[in-house]
Amino acid sequence: MASAKEIRNQIKATQNTAKITKAMEMVAASKMRKAQSAVTESRSYAEGIHTIVGNLMQAHPEYKHAFLVKRDEVKRVGYLVISTDKGLCGGLNTNTLKKAISSMRSVDDKTEVEMINIGRRASQFMRRFGTKIAGSVEEIKDQPELVEILGVVNLAMEKFLSGHYDEVRLVYSKFVNTMTQTPTELCLLPCAEPEQEHTGYWDYLYEPDSKVVLDGLMRRYVESIVYHAVLENKACEQSARMVAMKSATDNAKDIVADLQITYNKARQAAITQELAEICAGAAAA
Amino acid sequence: MATSMEILVATAEREVYRGEATMLVVPGAAGELGILPRHSPLLSALKPGELRIINGENEEEVFISGGFIEVQPHKVTILADTAERAADMDEAEIVAAQRRAEEAVNSQQAGSDLAMAEAELAMMTARLKLLRKRRK
Repeated sequence: MASAKEIRNQIKATQNTAKITKAMEMVAASKMRKAQSAVTESRSYAEGIHTIVGNLMQAHPEYKHAFLVKRDEVKRVGYLVISTDKGLCGGLNTNTLKKAISSMRSVDDKTEVEMINIGRRASQFMRRFGTKIAGSVEEIKDQPELVEILGVVNLAMEKFLSGHYDEVRLVYSKFVNTMTQTPTELCLLPCAEPEQEHTGYWDYLYEPDSKVVLDGLMRRYVESIVYHAVLENKACEQSARMVAMKSATDNAKDIVADLQITYNKARQAAITQELAEICAGAAAA
Repeated sequence: MATSMEILVATAEREVYRGEATMLVVPGAAGELGILPRHSPLLSALKPGELRIINGENEEEVFISGGFIEVQPHKVTILADTAERAADMDEAEIVAAQRRAEEAVNSQQAGSDLAMAEAELAMMTARLKLLRKRRK
């Protein structure tokens, strides 16, 4: 049996770990609240642009923007995968990456696959996995800004427009609630037409002209979808980290309790042995 | 008869303004636009500049760096690239940013960087104009 001193050191070390994980849990909890409110705050823009694009589609059923046209033959697919920069957030990235991998495997063999990463974890993983990486952005702030992701979104859009990609898919974690995050995959380009109930024919007046406006709007529509996904992923990251750190703290406490019992037993055994030795010594004398 | 319209100014990051207005002045791509309630549906790109939201006696100014406006008879949605209320602006910071933008324009020869720098400069100048006007 380990000596009482060794066990005491172990208890101390475990308690220190518990303190750190507890602190990380609290930090993640506060960041999660901020991340969740960021998701809510960005909603009015996303909903606004969704409605406008829906109205436009309805007013112009004959004009199809390049982003909406489905291609007959899919030769190359771009995957935009959103992950976190830091670890210690449970199975969040693993689940997202698993989803991405299984989706990549499901496309047929002739189709090429390329990656665009948001977040360091996906880059690290994909480098090992051996998929071609077309672009990546890392070190996303806790409060992500649109400009941080514009580069990669534009890259994906350009490659789609130039015909390099025939499809762009987005994989990220959807925030359901603090305990649940679902890895989600959706087709970013060509994007699904927003649904809109029919309210009779009418059209906008355009300034400067419909094509310019439509083009700018479609780009912002795609950007806003990706931005929203990044925000949700951030909220997922913080809540997953909070939960992971909470269970780490609980585990550390269990270990401390176990060690404490072992320590008490060891101490008691030492005392008993000492007493027995004294008694034996006294009896011999 | 409705004499006011609903206004929503939002950027991708947050909602900047939501409220009623009797008149709205926006920097449209093809010139300044004045919008009154019951305007027919309009969709326009926006230039960097100031947005004036007039509700009776009250007037609210918001600076935007470009974006889109959607007008429906009783609802106007402005999707701005960036937006900030005039009351939140800091002149010193804007002047510094303007100087940086000018330097960028002067030091560049040609190409897309120049276009970027020029856009930045135009934006800063517009912001400053709005702020100075407000001081008076």
